[in-house]
Amino acid sequence: MENILALETMKEGHDGSGLGLTLKDLGGEFKELKKYPILSGICSRKGSKTLSDFMEKAGFKLKDIWVPKIKHIKGIAPREHYFARVYDYPESYKNKPMRQKEDLLMNIRLTLRNIGESDESIFIFSFYPDVITLKEVGDPLQLGEFFGLDKDNIKAKIILAQGRQNTNYTIYLYACHPFFIQGYCSMTNGENTAFVPIREFLMSRGFPGYIGYNSDSEVFTHILHYTTRQLGFPLTYYKDVITPLKVSEIDKREDRESLRLIKHSLRPLCIDGPNVVIGFIPDGTCFMVHDSKKLRPGVVGGVKGKYALMSEECGLDRAIPERDRSEDIFPMKYNMVIVKPGAEEVKVWNQLQGT
Amino acid sequence: MEPVTGNVDYPINVPGLDHNHQLSLKEFPYIIRWRDDRCKRCGNCTAVCPVKAIEPTVKVQRIVQSEGPIPTPMVVKKIVHVIEQVKDMSRYCTGCGACTLVCPNEAIEPEYNPQNKFMHYKNKGGEGYKRGGRRNDPSVSTLDRLKFTRISMLTDPALDAGRHEFHVRTLLGRILPPEELPLKMFNGTLVVDKESDKFIPPVREIFPIIIGSMSVGALSPPMWEGLAMGVAYLNEVEGLPVVMATGEGGVPPRLLKSKYLKYFILQIASGYFGWDEIIHALPHMVEDPAAIEIKYGQGAKPGDGGLLMAQKVLKLIASIRGVPQFVDLASPPTHQTKYSIEEAVAKMIQSMSMAWGFRVPVYPKISGTKTARAVLNNLARNPYAAALSIDGEDGGTGAAYNVSMDKMGHPIASNIRECYLDLVKQGKQNELPLIAAGGIAKKGNLAANAAALIMLGASAVAIGKYIMQAAANCFGDEYNRCNICNTGKCPRGITTQDPKLYRRLDSDKVAERVVEIFRSANVELKKIFAPMGRSTELPIGMSDGLSVDDKAIAERLEISYAC
Repeated sequence: MENILALETMKEGHDGSGLGLTLKDLGGEFKELKKYPILSGICSRKGSKTLSDFMEKAGFKLKDIWVPKIKHIKGIAPREHYFARVYDYPESYKNKPMRQKEDLLMNIRLTLRNIGESDESIFIFSFYPDVITLKEVGDPLQLGEFFGLDKDNIKAKIILAQGRQNTNYTIYLYACHPFFIQGYCSMTNGENTAFVPIREFLMSRGFPGYIGYNSDSEVFTHILHYTTRQLGFPLTYYKDVITPLKVSEIDKREDRESLRLIKHSLRPLCIDGPNVVIGFIPDGTCFMVHDSKKLRPGVVGGVKGKYALMSEECGLDRAIPERDRSEDIFPMKYNMVIVKPGAEEVKVWNQLQGT
Repeated sequence: MEPVTGNVDYPINVPGLDHNHQLSLKEFPYIIRWRDDRCKRCGNCTAVCPVKAIEPTVKVQRIVQSEGPIPTPMVVKKIVHVIEQVKDMSRYCTGCGACTLVCPNEAIEPEYNPQNKFMHYKNKGGEGYKRGGRRNDPSVSTLDRLKFTRISMLTDPALDAGRHEFHVRTLLGRILPPEELPLKMFNGTLVVDKESDKFIPPVREIFPIIIGSMSVGALSPPMWEGLAMGVAYLNEVEGLPVVMATGEGGVPPRLLKSKYLKYFILQIASGYFGWDEIIHALPHMVEDPAAIEIKYGQGAKPGDGGLLMAQKVLKLIASIRGVPQFVDLASPPTHQTKYSIEEAVAKMIQSMSMAWGFRVPVYPKISGTKTARAVLNNLARNPYAAALSIDGEDGGTGAAYNVSMDKMGHPIASNIRECYLDLVKQGKQNELPLIAAGGIAKKGNLAANAAALIMLGASAVAIGKYIMQAAANCFGDEYNRCNICNTGKCPRGITTQDPKLYRRLDSDKVAERVVEIFRSANVELKKIFAPMGRSTELPIGMSDGLSVDDKAIAERLEISYAC
């Protein structure tokens, strides 16, 4: 709930058009269920039946269900079922490598999305172990109360919260940040002027998960997934892909030869801002990165074990007031702030130096 | 009764006949407006006229005049000197206006005659009308109808063309798909795997507007030299990596061995003119050329070969091309070795690549056609093909049949768009750059036309006719003005090998203009990209930025309709 209160302080920067929450590294009742995939979404009564039948047929065994305690709030029309269902893998997948399990989970998520999207009977936001996603349209603070997050004992070590949906396209649940794919998750402040060529490039990679794009920001998540998971690049190369250095700058980096090739081959994934991207990857590393002109603000601060990556400082004050403000990091255009898993260490990676 | 038309017994100029066999001036595309009262009879106009469409002549005039304080009209007959337009279709006024330029008293100018019946008669001796220039269609082209409608403003602040850093560059050369990059991890960073035998194709970073292929031979020495000097200056002084294609017909030997060769794309076409010299110069080259262009077609005259008329094959040209002087140099419509794209074209690309040790991008140029996608798909499967250049129907030429220019070919906009979307379908839109040409800046909107094509999917554009007009004041336009490049009588000295004509052209001035044109295009491109929020990379395929006021065009190009 404190994340939502932090969002509230940044109220001037959002229009109350929605709330998206992705929780990772869960505690509470999920602590013992870490290895089991959690299906997060919303469905109607009809959708619930379809979903249960489908999952059963697919061989997934239901282990647990968490349902938010909905409190009726004026102005928010509740949908029928908000859920996070914990499943056990089908027998045939139990001993498969994680990569194959991830592909299965994603395909199930996409199939369910496909089944339920036309009549809006099923919305699925994530299907992955140790991750829950909640989304709804409305004012973030009210939605926090609506979901009963102020009372619920749901706990997580990593929480991505975004208090605005979508400025330029239709307000729609699938357009709501954060976006999630196979353990990679990100949310963005800003518009993406290079959206169409990036979308076309991603969609033509032949990877079934690169669909949707109800928001131009979804591509940031997919670029992250593509560069780190599909191409196997270390996380810092995400920065080199979305905001490539100039040729003269590349020449000063030790890995210049590979950077040149990357710049050419991934040219269509270059963003032009104005953006700040905040996200996490499967191992729990969190990061913040800006467009190459730093046209959006961003700040990172906190205490050991508890760091917050925010688009505005007032949010940070609300979330971690006890921190030393002089230690706050305001990443600039060449920086990528990386918070290691467990929030033990914060590192500012400099693109010019490559360290 | 006298016969209506003349014959041997009754010559046609016998006074009293009705002149019925003659053409009237109304049939001519340009009518000379000559002012008796201003003309001082210096003779400059008749001397300069490249087609001898005007001539000095004498006439007897009957004049009623009165002298003295009291009106006493008298009829007198006077012999006067006048300038007359010839009514012989082989000497039709081309409307170039060279006469107006040299007239000290503004006494003469050609006027376009929209009612002309030029095309009805321009086939004397059974020879179809041949000319230079480009398609005579003055209507607004599709490129000029495209607007940039995605303006960043509040949700995404527009960039500042003057303050922000812009990178208006493109890539020429085959680009590896990211999945195939020979990279490996070393100490936490990515390094190129030297043990991998993966071929890394050569790629050049260039300015996205290229000076398209125009040969030494088609162009006069000062014109070609002016372009080349301008290009070298842009690279060396302005830091703008503009490249220029040579056209078929070789390169001056000194340039082949100079460090400036890297700014030139050498063209090989079906006549292979000049290639003996180029190959022999290979061991002496200190730089690689920017690229090699294999010409399979030209937008202005698709399916037609190249032609350099005998009157343009003077000593210099003959020596560069390795041919005798004063013979017609025809390049066949197709390469003689070409019988299949899978084999012959691939071999040609391979051979050219091999000649420079696979360090130079090699790409084919074709004319705009419905079959462009077939070529494209073949090239997409050939890892050595560096790009595909498509020259649309509005491209120019030094010599072709009018019918080829006016009626053959495919517009560039939809051709480039369908090719790009085809690549998108295959996920290869970043691997094989598309170069668009043909009618860019037809109305002078160089940056706007180039940006529109880039947003439709082109990686670069090539200009030819425009640079002749803008850098060397070429008279040619789409009302068939001048367009006598094929005759070797270019009144501006641009497309002639006659020293009396080409000394009119100052190569330094051409070079200066080339620099000005590219500098301003660079600024204008930024002025287009900045409000659309793009600066770091060229917005290739950013079709959401474009709109058009025609639903059919919008549908065909898969862009939005705005009115």
